[in-house]
Amino acid sequence: MTAARLLALAAFRDGKYATACPFYGAERRGAPVVSYVRIDDRPIRVYSQIRNPDLVIVLDPSVMEVVDVLHGLKRHGKVLMNGTTTEKIHGAPAFAVDLTGIALREKLVIAGSPILNTPVLGALAKMGIISVDSAKSAIREMFSDERNVRAAEAAFQELVI
Amino acid sequence: MLTIATGNKAVAAAVKEVKPDVIAAYPITPQTEIVEQIAEYVTSGELDSRYIPVESEHSAMAACIGASITGARTFTATSSHGLLYMHEMVNWAAGARLPIVMANVNRAIGPGWNVWAEHTDAFQERDTGWLQVYVSTVQEAYDTTLMAFRIAEHADVILPVMVNLDGFLLSHSMQSLDTLNAGDFVPPLHLPHAIDVLNPAGYGTLTGPDEHFRFRWEIEKAMRRSRKVIAETERDFAERFGRSYGVAEEYRYEDADVVVIAMGTLGKEAEVAVDLLRNEGVNAGSLRIRWLRPFPDLDLSGREVVVIDRDYSFGFGGIIAQSLMARQRVDLYSVIAGLGGQEVTYDDIAGFVRERRPGTELWFGVNGNV
Repeated sequence: MTAARLLALAAFRDGKYATACPFYGAERRGAPVVSYVRIDDRPIRVYSQIRNPDLVIVLDPSVMEVVDVLHGLKRHGKVLMNGTTTEKIHGAPAFAVDLTGIALREKLVIAGSPILNTPVLGALAKMGIISVDSAKSAIREMFSDERNVRAAEAAFQELVI
Repeated sequence: MLTIATGNKAVAAAVKEVKPDVIAAYPITPQTEIVEQIAEYVTSGELDSRYIPVESEHSAMAACIGASITGARTFTATSSHGLLYMHEMVNWAAGARLPIVMANVNRAIGPGWNVWAEHTDAFQERDTGWLQVYVSTVQEAYDTTLMAFRIAEHADVILPVMVNLDGFLLSHSMQSLDTLNAGDFVPPLHLPHAIDVLNPAGYGTLTGPDEHFRFRWEIEKAMRRSRKVIAETERDFAERFGRSYGVAEEYRYEDADVVVIAMGTLGKEAEVAVDLLRNEGVNAGSLRIRWLRPFPDLDLSGREVVVIDRDYSFGFGGIIAQSLMARQRVDLYSVIAGLGGQEVTYDDIAGFVRERRPGTELWFGVNGNV
């Protein structure tokens, strides 16, 4: 949810229209959750869930055991995943960055869980979805701890496009 | 100031701008973020209001009633079961002519336990004497909450107003938000029958049939006058801040042969369906009903109508569809969709129009035409 909100905020700071629509089910940390972000040059009037995404972000690769993350992906759609390898993704261009490792290195851990929501913005900036400046300012608007920004910078550096 | 916010945060920001004297509320999903944010404003000193964290929604409305009768500006927010729990007091607020403003985050009623969007919660309060408005964007949630105070407190109205936003779909969706310096857009409240210790009077005492009947007629007269007040308020808001919405928002409506009517976020999604249908050569338009009470005067003559109800009156029908049929001779296609947060896309809405069967009712995804 937070990652989606941050992405929408960063896109908004880039001058785009953006909406972040979470799908709330069991709101427990660790349970599989889905959030949707739309970015456009025009106002967005759609509230329904995204069925054909341009980009799928997989923050926890263990969901791939129960969810087909490529389902409905557009023909030229991409996958960004947290991890060291994309070998489990077949049939779509996939990029991996070790967000968990970055979070642990930056000691971004709450209640035993590494924080992935802020570093992922760096990876999205690298992919050209948002600008680096907007990624940082979005993070700073929502979090005062600079480790979040450093983690995003690390993800930007480490993601190989 | 231009920012990005959820529907809930937008409501809270508007409340901060109009500075109620008293806010009494009880948290409930998906409204919680509204009262959390307001509590934070009060704690941080950004909002100089008396915040009363009560033990139930019945008490929340009772506290608002007690405060309002002294002439204080009051606000509360709730949802679903919370709204129904305060039902008795909801009636009381309108009967006592108290201009309380309440945000209701529309959510289905259990069982089965369901926290997602449906309008049946607010529709169960539709005959209480409250004005009811339904919004479709984060900005509209903000703007309408500001306007709600002015409309409720207007000398020609003095009735409570309920601002409705779809649970999760709008309450938890982030969109751009332009917060305003409202200035004197909402003038100070003057409640003509406020308690005055120098001029003692009785309130809520036993009232005989004749007087009771007269009080009810006064409510209806105020409700009728509120149409003009809503229009005036919208006009002034547009002049000052450059945005207006109307009692119902039209989209490619003027020359439309077939019109989709819906409320809340589905009304916005319907606009995308209209674009889709126009590209196919279907002369479609949409109408998003904003004010449920007072119910808008719509002229649908000469058009085919598809109504989407995110609500239902068992043994009767979709409430908007039935309301429209009671007002005019229109052969409409009644679609029941989105109950309990059921996913309804613009593709689905376009499908309702393509496969419309006037005179029948469709329960989307459950069975065919009834």
